[in-house]
Amino acid sequence: MSLAVTLTVRRGQLTADLDLAVADGEVLAVLGPNGAGKSTLLRVLAGLLPPDTGRVTVDGDVWDDDGVHVPPHRRRVGMVFQDYLLFPHLTALENVAFGLRTRGVRHPEARRRAADWLARVGLADLGGSKPAQLSGGQAQRAALARALATEPALLLLDEPLAALDARTRLTVRAELRRHLAAFGGSTVLVSHDPIDAMALADRVVVVEDGRVVQEGTPAEVARRPRTDYVARLVGLSLLPGTAEGTTVRLDGGSAVAVAEEAQGPVFVAVRPESVALYLTRPDGSPRNVWPARLVGATPHGTAVRCELDGEVPLVADITAPAFAALGLAPGAEVWATVKASEVAVYER
Amino acid sequence: MSRPRQGGVPLPLLVPAAIGTLFLVLPLLGLVIRAPWSDLGARLTEPGVGSALRLSLVTATLATAIAMVLGVPIAWVLARTDVRGRSVLRALVTVPLVLPPVVGGVALFLVLGRQGILGRLLYEWTGFTIPFTTLAVVLAETFVAMPFLVISVEGALRAADARFEDAAATLGADRWTTFRRVTLPLVSPGVAAGAVLCWARALGEFGATITFAGNFPGTTQTMPLSVYLALQSDPEAAIVLSLVLLVVSVATLLLLRERWLGRAAAA
Repeated sequence: MSLAVTLTVRRGQLTADLDLAVADGEVLAVLGPNGAGKSTLLRVLAGLLPPDTGRVTVDGDVWDDDGVHVPPHRRRVGMVFQDYLLFPHLTALENVAFGLRTRGVRHPEARRRAADWLARVGLADLGGSKPAQLSGGQAQRAALARALATEPALLLLDEPLAALDARTRLTVRAELRRHLAAFGGSTVLVSHDPIDAMALADRVVVVEDGRVVQEGTPAEVARRPRTDYVARLVGLSLLPGTAEGTTVRLDGGSAVAVAEEAQGPVFVAVRPESVALYLTRPDGSPRNVWPARLVGATPHGTAVRCELDGEVPLVADITAPAFAALGLAPGAEVWATVKASEVAVYER
Repeated sequence: MSRPRQGGVPLPLLVPAAIGTLFLVLPLLGLVIRAPWSDLGARLTEPGVGSALRLSLVTATLATAIAMVLGVPIAWVLARTDVRGRSVLRALVTVPLVLPPVVGGVALFLVLGRQGILGRLLYEWTGFTIPFTTLAVVLAETFVAMPFLVISVEGALRAADARFEDAAATLGADRWTTFRRVTLPLVSPGVAAGAVLCWARALGEFGATITFAGNFPGTTQTMPLSVYLALQSDPEAAIVLSLVLLVVSVATLLLLRERWLGRAAAA
């Protein structure tokens, strides 16, 4: 079971132009900002939106092509919507049995299989509950069971964890990972949250403005982002430049000393926790010292994430006590330093 | 939630509002005061009253049933498709809302009467004519009342989240199954409200009924018709009959209000 899709869809300002393939049992995460065309992709795959041009094949069956459009109810697809869309007038069990009933499974058998699925997602006792009585995490599980119960060839997840609070998210994410691993078909999940994408996916595709800008394993994408958007998502400052040995001349002016030798056009990536801030120009070992201005500070875990503007735009994470000791306020002039050994450099 | 503002109601608004309220309430109050309460029971059990009431209830209920069978699909087409001429369809369907009912009765007569376009065919094939029968009462009431149901259900459909229908489609439901198992249950409160409105309108129907169905006790003389008739011969009987219709109307209003309040509380 595998998915291959090439499509062009125009919706208002946006033209989505995507070319993707997902293998059997593979989980592909489509990561991108809101309005990048992620939901459009899912709607096309589900058959809810015919592409302007393009081809969608699943296991060799053509779902969309010139003159071909298989309607959604004839596609072997399961979809988990962002807000789940559990039918409010049906119980959890009836929701899960819905897809089986429409596909002609007889009533007792459909109920038995639905109960089975509810048990698998840990909702064995809640089959009789209406969606309104379920917590966010329970509703997410019920929606997953409903999508998987029909044994689809293609599973689509639209921001599957976005509606959950942080604590529930952690447990549901781990469970979802387990269910996805057990699922034999292809999975496409879209998210704007890099952590969800990286935790759940075998492969990540980054989409911006309807186009794929980066593709790779979660680790590759996290380590070596190729656009500002991805860099910011994974918490890196991304600086394009040209390398000559251990010096990179940045496109924005200034230069960065790096530990590894490189030549030609490169990206320089700096982790926020490797940036240190000083009120006066420090002496000593760091070869990278730049004046900067603090433009924003937000709590980030146990640290304070400081956005810096200057000839080298950076993000710095410093501890809350350090932030307090420095007496920083937005607009403050500071010095930022980074050790050359802490700077990643890779080809553009 | 709106909050009353400080300062009270300015006189130029207060006076007309008070007069208007009196104007609406006084006639109903007069009806209640003038009612012959002492022999109310005896009057209500008079055979004429009973048969008119029964006929009204039966025909209004049948008209509502027909309106639901035909009107809900119209509402669905208006709310969920983009067939061409949809706004024209909506205008056509809602014409009976603003059309004088008498004109509706005349129009029905011209189409379904013995000399009418369809009525003639029906008469030639079966020897049956519709006007001046109980069926004519039902048709007249349906014609006048169905738009209330269509408008109400269309509103409910537009307010309902159509993405539930997307979800049903991804679960293998075609549009008909989706309509039956998802859409209709979701908008059932709207359908119920529409049906109550439609039923109340059908119950009070006068103009189209007397034009198309005539005024024959037992077969076409509904409550409003017998009220009108009684007023000329036996005013007390007219008051009693009016009182019955008033009670039904108020009950309808309470029923709907309950529902609206219930929905507001749930939201």
